[in-house]
Amino acid sequence: MDALMLSRLQFGVTTVYHFFFVPLTLGLSLMVALMETLYVSSGREIYKQMTKFWGKLFVINFAMGVVTGIVQEFQFGMNWSEYSRFVGDIFGAPLAIEALMAFFLESTFLGIWIFSWDKLSKGLHAAVIWLVAIGANISALWILIANSFMQEPVGYVINDGRAEMVNFFDLIFNPNVWVMFPHTITAGLTTAAFFVMGISAYHLLRKNNPDLFKRSFQVAAVLGTFAVVLVILNGHSQTQHMVESQPMKIAAAEGLYETESPASFSLLTIGNLQGTEEIFSIRLPRMLCLLAYNQLDCEIQGINNLQAQSEQEFGPGNYVPPVPVIYWSFRVMVGAGFLMLGLAAYALFLVMGDSVENHKKSLHLFGWAIALPYLANTAGWIMTELGRVPWVVYGLMKIEDGVSVVVSWGAALLTLIGFTLVYAALMVATIYLLAKFARQAPPPLDIQAPSAAPETIPSLVGAQE
Amino acid sequence: MDLNTLWFVLVAVLYIGFFILEGFDFGVGILLPFLSRDKDAAQVDLKRRMMINTIGPHWDANEVWLLTAGGATFAAFPMWYATMFSGFYLALFLLLLALIGRGVAFEFRSKDKNPRWRSLWDWLIFVGSLVPALLLGVAFGNLVRGVPIDAEMQYAGGFFTLLNWYALLAGIAAVVTFTLHGAIFLSLKLTGELKEKALAAARRMWPVVVVVLIGLLVATYFETDIRDRLGLNPGVVPLTAMIAILLAGYFIYKKMSGWAFGLTSVTIAFTFVTMFLIMYPRVMISSTNPANSLTIYNASSSDYTLTVMTIVALIFVPIVLIYQAWSYIVFRKRLTSESHLEY
Repeated sequence: MDALMLSRLQFGVTTVYHFFFVPLTLGLSLMVALMETLYVSSGREIYKQMTKFWGKLFVINFAMGVVTGIVQEFQFGMNWSEYSRFVGDIFGAPLAIEALMAFFLESTFLGIWIFSWDKLSKGLHAAVIWLVAIGANISALWILIANSFMQEPVGYVINDGRAEMVNFFDLIFNPNVWVMFPHTITAGLTTAAFFVMGISAYHLLRKNNPDLFKRSFQVAAVLGTFAVVLVILNGHSQTQHMVESQPMKIAAAEGLYETESPASFSLLTIGNLQGTEEIFSIRLPRMLCLLAYNQLDCEIQGINNLQAQSEQEFGPGNYVPPVPVIYWSFRVMVGAGFLMLGLAAYALFLVMGDSVENHKKSLHLFGWAIALPYLANTAGWIMTELGRVPWVVYGLMKIEDGVSVVVSWGAALLTLIGFTLVYAALMVATIYLLAKFARQAPPPLDIQAPSAAPETIPSLVGAQE
Repeated sequence: MDLNTLWFVLVAVLYIGFFILEGFDFGVGILLPFLSRDKDAAQVDLKRRMMINTIGPHWDANEVWLLTAGGATFAAFPMWYATMFSGFYLALFLLLLALIGRGVAFEFRSKDKNPRWRSLWDWLIFVGSLVPALLLGVAFGNLVRGVPIDAEMQYAGGFFTLLNWYALLAGIAAVVTFTLHGAIFLSLKLTGELKEKALAAARRMWPVVVVVLIGLLVATYFETDIRDRLGLNPGVVPLTAMIAILLAGYFIYKKMSGWAFGLTSVTIAFTFVTMFLIMYPRVMISSTNPANSLTIYNASSSDYTLTVMTIVALIFVPIVLIYQAWSYIVFRKRLTSESHLEY
């Protein structure tokens, strides 16, 4: 394994790890903000209890997102300095703006939020968590603006061997941003919804503070259904965009070697071990056309054809991404997505009825379903990033030309091992703490207390209080 | 002033803001094992928690100054970012590990009662504060002294090239100055015994800081091209740093911590301003061939990008300053052992 491969592996490890924490931060910040808003507007203690319970889990997760995020910002320069030289004029700007506009906002106000329960008025305290949520989600926007330049470079000229920005707004209104950003935000909300439903299900099964966890489950079921529907719709528009902007990625995701018209959708394709040829395939006729163009007739370029085109355009070389990885990560993501759609709809059906807590078998299911969004998030990014192989900037710069020339094999190996070990140890500590606090249900509110919940719990769904 | 100079100033401001703010919370972390000494283990834990809680609401936002400085370097001077970050590779790796451990430690240490759990994270807070202070001091020492850079703008040294005596002295200067800064901060935020201990630590650290900073200034005449840059009389900036640290001593002994804190902030700011003045207009000085130095012109982004970034900075820097200042106002009260401790 050479230094290039070690740096790629390190980027993969640190990025996938970082993105374990980010989606939950994105979604749970919004949900906690919503809960605290319910507390402020209704004045009922139960919502404060909810805010604090989920807020604690949010904060543990947030800390991991922050510290692993520092590595992300530094390693473009550390391991990918030639890439940084090439795109710095464009790529540095969204990163700097992200720090200035979003990191300051979320970090400052999260610090305030954690420590100021007895220092700020209720309304102001709730406003503070909204600022955290806005900061977190704005940071996703800027990082996706940066990433979109790698997927679909726009608004630049090549000058003196580097890409220079000619239009900042082209960068922001890169069509790729506006299919990725909604997908990421709603995926974050979906992650948070399944996280909350799973943990609530755990407590409902044990009859711990049913009031709190029934409400939490309701909130999450409503938001989760809404979010997962949007994720799928956004994903669909992303596919349609990808056919135009990165045909090779979609061909790889479909295992489509030969150009097809009308194109079929692959239910199962087995290729040879090198992933260069198809051996066996079950296909739904015309379905890929429906997916890609919303019509039944179309032509989708196959991998072999696209490879030939790329060779003509960029010279000899291998322009095919690792097909089996792209193919399967696409299926894992989509499969998990539709499973979540089914589960979210089922959760909504359960909360429409009056007693979620009686459906014991279903509740068990929601505990396990916490894994689904994580699977989908990870698979989605693996497909997105490996799908642009061999390019680090699509059509402009190859990965091997972006790696730092001064970082030795030994140094790259040392840091890869170092980050992996430290990250593994931190994962153990984080899961231990998350599990510990997720299991610690706060005691039910005293019924004597003036602000105690009434006997019957009004449903959040449909009913207006 | 052209845009390149403006961005040099802005990057300098971000680093200096970082050193003033994170400087005191590095100091608190370094002092953590020393000021919390007690025969009673429960008291040790309580003291540590109080110390950590003085910086609890602030440390993360303070650290964002470093992230923003890094981001601004990338955006405005991509060649500087690329050369420095790939060249100082292992040093940055150690910095990252230290900052990761420290950040998680603040959040995790009090979330479990097991004493071994807590002492592990406390140890990480100490190391995670000491190591970055040292490494960043070493890094800036090397930036003003110059490092080997070839004609391709690539760093041509190794990890141990960075560990020369001048840079190490700068690293030690950063550690002792931040420790003093942190001790004074603690004396402002605490009461009773801990406050007295913090004041005692400040009294003990102050002469050390004075000696080290004078040593650093003298060494700077031998190891850098300060004479060509600022002249034999370095002018008002380094002298301000010196006068501020001397005056700080008076207020430390008079137990007027507010003034002392202001003056150590001035010392930190003007020491780094001196360093940036020596560098200007270079951003990475080549020790092998002056022609290979990276400057604010050959390392910069295009005028267009600098213009965009200037507009963004003009809008958002004031907003950030306002809400960060507000966060210090919200938590202006001193902590006592009766205070609710979140961390």
